[in-house]
Amino acid sequence: MKNKRSLFAVPYIVWMAFLVVIPIIIMVVYAFTTGATDGSLGAFTLDNFTSMGSYTVVFTRSFKLALIATAVCLLIGYPISYMIAKEGPRFQRVAMVLIMLPMWINFLLRTYSWMSILENNGLLNQIFRSIGLIDLYNSIAIHFAADPSAYQPITYFQMMGTSGAVVLGMVYNYLPFMILPIYSVIVKLDHSLVEAAHDLGANNLCVFRKVIFPLSLPGVLSGITMVFVPSVSTFAISRLLGGGNQMLLGDLIELQFTGGAYNPHLGAAIAMVMMVIVVVCMWVMNHFGEGEEQAVML
Amino acid sequence: MSKELIRLVNCSMAFDGELVLDNMNLYFNDSEFLTLLGPSGCGKTTTLRIIGGFITPTSGEVLFDGVRMNDIPPHLRQVNTVFQRYALFPHLNVFENVAFGLRIGRTEEKEVNGKKKKVKVRIPQDEIRQRVLEMLEVVSLKGFENRRITELSGGQQQRVAIARALVNRPKVLLLDEPLGALDLRLRKDMQSELKRIQQQMGITFIYVTHDQEEALAMSDTIVVMDQGKIQQIGTPEDIYNEPKNAFVADFIGESNILDGIMHEDYVVEFFNRKFKCLDKGFAPMEPVDVVIRPEDIDIVPMEKGQLRGTVTSVTFKGVHYDTIVDFKGFKWLIQTTDYHPVGETIGIILNPDDIHIMHKSQYSGMFGDYSSYSEEYEEMDDVTMLDEEEEDGPREDGHEE
Repeated sequence: MKNKRSLFAVPYIVWMAFLVVIPIIIMVVYAFTTGATDGSLGAFTLDNFTSMGSYTVVFTRSFKLALIATAVCLLIGYPISYMIAKEGPRFQRVAMVLIMLPMWINFLLRTYSWMSILENNGLLNQIFRSIGLIDLYNSIAIHFAADPSAYQPITYFQMMGTSGAVVLGMVYNYLPFMILPIYSVIVKLDHSLVEAAHDLGANNLCVFRKVIFPLSLPGVLSGITMVFVPSVSTFAISRLLGGGNQMLLGDLIELQFTGGAYNPHLGAAIAMVMMVIVVVCMWVMNHFGEGEEQAVML
Repeated sequence: MSKELIRLVNCSMAFDGELVLDNMNLYFNDSEFLTLLGPSGCGKTTTLRIIGGFITPTSGEVLFDGVRMNDIPPHLRQVNTVFQRYALFPHLNVFENVAFGLRIGRTEEKEVNGKKKKVKVRIPQDEIRQRVLEMLEVVSLKGFENRRITELSGGQQQRVAIARALVNRPKVLLLDEPLGALDLRLRKDMQSELKRIQQQMGITFIYVTHDQEEALAMSDTIVVMDQGKIQQIGTPEDIYNEPKNAFVADFIGESNILDGIMHEDYVVEFFNRKFKCLDKGFAPMEPVDVVIRPEDIDIVPMEKGQLRGTVTSVTFKGVHYDTIVDFKGFKWLIQTTDYHPVGETIGIILNPDDIHIMHKSQYSGMFGDYSSYSEEYEEMDDVTMLDEEEEDGPREDGHEE
């Protein structure tokens, strides 16, 4: 029985070996070797890592934007999950479909449509113009200008190419990954625990703080992981919405493999450093999560 | 002597138009152990939840010390609940579970410089610690403070749930089938434990159960309920010895219930024979229900008996035999320590104090015939299983003590 069952695991193990373990090994090997023209393995080197210093800006920007996007997702996603979980089963089903619906549309298509919304002549700027928001801005800004006579009135708000646009793209694309795990934890929460807390003298706020939130932490942690990891490594969002001004780690790595700066060894090294940082972040956070639970216990 | 704490006045409760509680009037005294007893769906848990504040009655009033409490949320009521499945907080250890209520603190109205102000009163850490440890000692869980909830057995979790409720020093403790999930032995132990705690703390326990044995063993007062109505209120002895109708007689213990006619005070006729009894106050020739408890019947040789019947089945129950006897097509359950084989014709003698007379009610004719003896027992087991929604240890439906 047992042997037969473990037979079913073979395809999975093969899959893991060929598509996960071996590529990682290749990446590590590349990261520690020099380029060789004849296709053989180059010599061992640490140059790929030392030359990375010039990209510190990209590293910090990537992590900063991913952190902001994750925080925004959490701030939006938690209340939404909580409210959905409190509603009736019919509402829950409809809400889940609505949240999943955008994910059935191609990722690039969705991001392109944000471009046409945020462009200088895009939907948002047209709306701002028609409701007089841009005129209003000009009439106020002219008073604060150093030389009012030289003030050039703007005709649109610059949104494309800003870090805000990139964060917006991340939040829009990855919000469902925050909502789903939190929702599924809250919806499974035993309602009698809430009643018990009320019974022991806790008002609604206190019940949330002392019972519902601590018990939903596992969902929050997996939500954070599922938003942070793709956000920190994305390249399409920053390319399309960042307009080249907001280069992220993903773009940098891609450049090393396909762009003019062809250098797969450096690309592999950056990818490896990013992976290590992400793994460490996750580990610390999971540990922190457990610590939290322990702290509550004390 | 005893002070009234809670009163329900004309309380009705309907869910989706279905009446679950029908015009209930009931009061609860200080320091009493009161049990709401009835089959599932009789409204006993609804009653408890109304008192706890988790639901508001559709109509009627809930009074605590004469003050209307209908719209006061649970966290502002001076009652605490022990939930059916304990509802302990899995992210907290034993100590923190018990300390939960103490850590919250209460808002109290205080006069500060002549103005009424709401002040949050917090209990100091030392006192919390002392009270929690004291309470853990009361429920015999000393030394378990740092255990996780998942590391406890069912009985220990039960005790934590009781301690968590009692540590807040409520005036009234509500218990919703708290022993339902425990096995038989543990349930017996916890019964006496609960009774001891109630007496030690000197507070009111309102206990909900469908287990008549549990109710008889622990209660000062039993309220028997069915279909959202109170069927009878009384001490365990009253309920058992003087059931008010066929439902109560059948639900509490075993009963043979027969149709009879009350000729005059102290004289009842059934099976075309007049018997002396101790009941009076019925109209002449009033049709009545006659209850005879199986253990009150004496079996004698047939020529000496007031009635004669044939034994149709015998089951050994340890302490006694359950003997089913056919009297002219009506089967009785008789519990004696003597063995009478199937097929034997026996006589029985009924003493006046063995016969209890009840007015006819909507339940007349529904209970008290043991023709379908074995099936009925199986049914009862089924009901129990459904009621508790989980597998239960072997139950001992068959005997009284």
